[in-house]
Amino acid sequence: MDFLLVNGPGLLFYLFAALAVLAAILVVSLRNPMYSAFALLTSFLAVAALFFLRHAEFLAVVQIFVYGGGIMVLFLFVIMLVNLHRLQEMRIYGMQWPAALLLAVMMIGLVSWVVAQVQFSPANISPEALVSVEGEAVGNVQAVAWQLYQKYLLPFEIASLFLLVAMIGAVVLARKE
Amino acid sequence: MVDFFGETLFAYAVVPLAKIIVAIAVVLGIIAYTTFAERKILGFLQVRTGPNRVGPWGLFQPIADVAKLLGKEDVIPNRAVTWAYVLAPCLVVGPALIILSVIPFGPPSGEGPVSSWFITDVNVGLLLVVAIASIGVYGLLLGGWASNNKFSMLGGLRSAAQMISYEVPQGFSLVVPLLMAGTLSLVGIVEAQLAQGRWFIFGFFPFGLLAFFIYFVAGVAESNRNPFDLPEAESELVAGFHTEYSGMRFALFFLGEYANMIVISAVAVTMFLGGWLRPFPNVEWLSFLDLAFLPAGLAGLLWFLVKLLAFLFVYIWFRGTFPRYRFDQLMDLGWKWLIPTALLSVAATGLWKILI
Repeated sequence: MDFLLVNGPGLLFYLFAALAVLAAILVVSLRNPMYSAFALLTSFLAVAALFFLRHAEFLAVVQIFVYGGGIMVLFLFVIMLVNLHRLQEMRIYGMQWPAALLLAVMMIGLVSWVVAQVQFSPANISPEALVSVEGEAVGNVQAVAWQLYQKYLLPFEIASLFLLVAMIGAVVLARKE
Repeated sequence: MVDFFGETLFAYAVVPLAKIIVAIAVVLGIIAYTTFAERKILGFLQVRTGPNRVGPWGLFQPIADVAKLLGKEDVIPNRAVTWAYVLAPCLVVGPALIILSVIPFGPPSGEGPVSSWFITDVNVGLLLVVAIASIGVYGLLLGGWASNNKFSMLGGLRSAAQMISYEVPQGFSLVVPLLMAGTLSLVGIVEAQLAQGRWFIFGFFPFGLLAFFIYFVAGVAESNRNPFDLPEAESELVAGFHTEYSGMRFALFFLGEYANMIVISAVAVTMFLGGWLRPFPNVEWLSFLDLAFLPAGLAGLLWFLVKLLAFLFVYIWFRGTFPRYRFDQLMDLGWKWLIPTALLSVAATGLWKILI
């Protein structure tokens, strides 16, 4: 019992990490888009659980809200409207695997680079950084807000401008002549 | 070493578990008698008697209903997707009951988590409520899709479109009391209302009132109730997403709808109507309303329940009063009126807070 209590967070990490990876593999390997969508949802929720374990409550809840409650519902919406039986026999994305492979390798490279940065400069990133502002303990929400609106305001605003551009683009594309 | 079998086990496992069981049992009891009250009140509004055969004034009607639903044959359509068909009703009820875990039904009473009148208090409470509520749409969508029936499918699609649209003004309207309180913890929000001496519905007049109005309209739409019950519009869609469901699985959908009503009302009470506080908590001569002769916390619980039941009555009242909206009217109202108004009140509250 003591073993479980002491190592609980670690065990939960491996459980949810394995679930996230397994579900991500299922997303691309299952033939039925409905099952793929639910595998993707499982993966998102498992990642949210990982955020919870790291005390990044804000990120975790936003992950559930935006990806679980918003984006996946829209995916399902589209999938429900197409004819699944016809789609299952087609190999739509069969030609794209070289590009996908390249992107995956680049992504892995990027993530490993960040992990290496963090791993070898522990002074910058400590668990307390997620819940404190300038050494003072506040909540995770306040810590994230402080980073976004004080330290990284310009990148944040640029990102929101990109989203606005994408939104206007979608409106223009969808508009009838 | 952790003393697992002593106080730790008691405080972190036994007490929360007991609270969860009691909360769910009480809410299920309220749901059962809300269905009864709905039929009685609708009967009164339409000048007829309502159920009056089972027990005195028909008081045992819910028990008879549940017994009937439990005994019915559980039909799964021939070409339905079985796993999704079975899972869907659970996905409607589950999220609604999960949200109960962060609702503060009564005040904390100072001696740690054991004696307070809520299950837990998390520092992202409000966000958690919104996030879990947004998961609830999967049940309707999945149930509609899995039934292999065009009416179910259309009902499911309608409900998804409706719930996504109304989540936006609902979220924005909750930002207004959030700005007034300055914390995301639901207990903290009620305590902020006590500290500021007013319910947030009266804060920054008229923006608190405006936000409350938007929240409640969006909440009625979120729980698929009249006048926004388009996903189950019987004149067009038979019964919408639950057309094919029967017996206990249908009852679960029904239960989910009422649980959602209760959750939305409970959040409205917490955010806008002062949670467990009495009316006008800053007016001295009204302090007899604190009901100090009751054991600690019980008065707060009573006030919470009174406000909650008032909301449920308004839901039923709506059902007896308003005709159903058309779908394009529903989308118009959500996107062209509620969202801009909600954004405006958020901006105005923010400005007010900066300037004053």
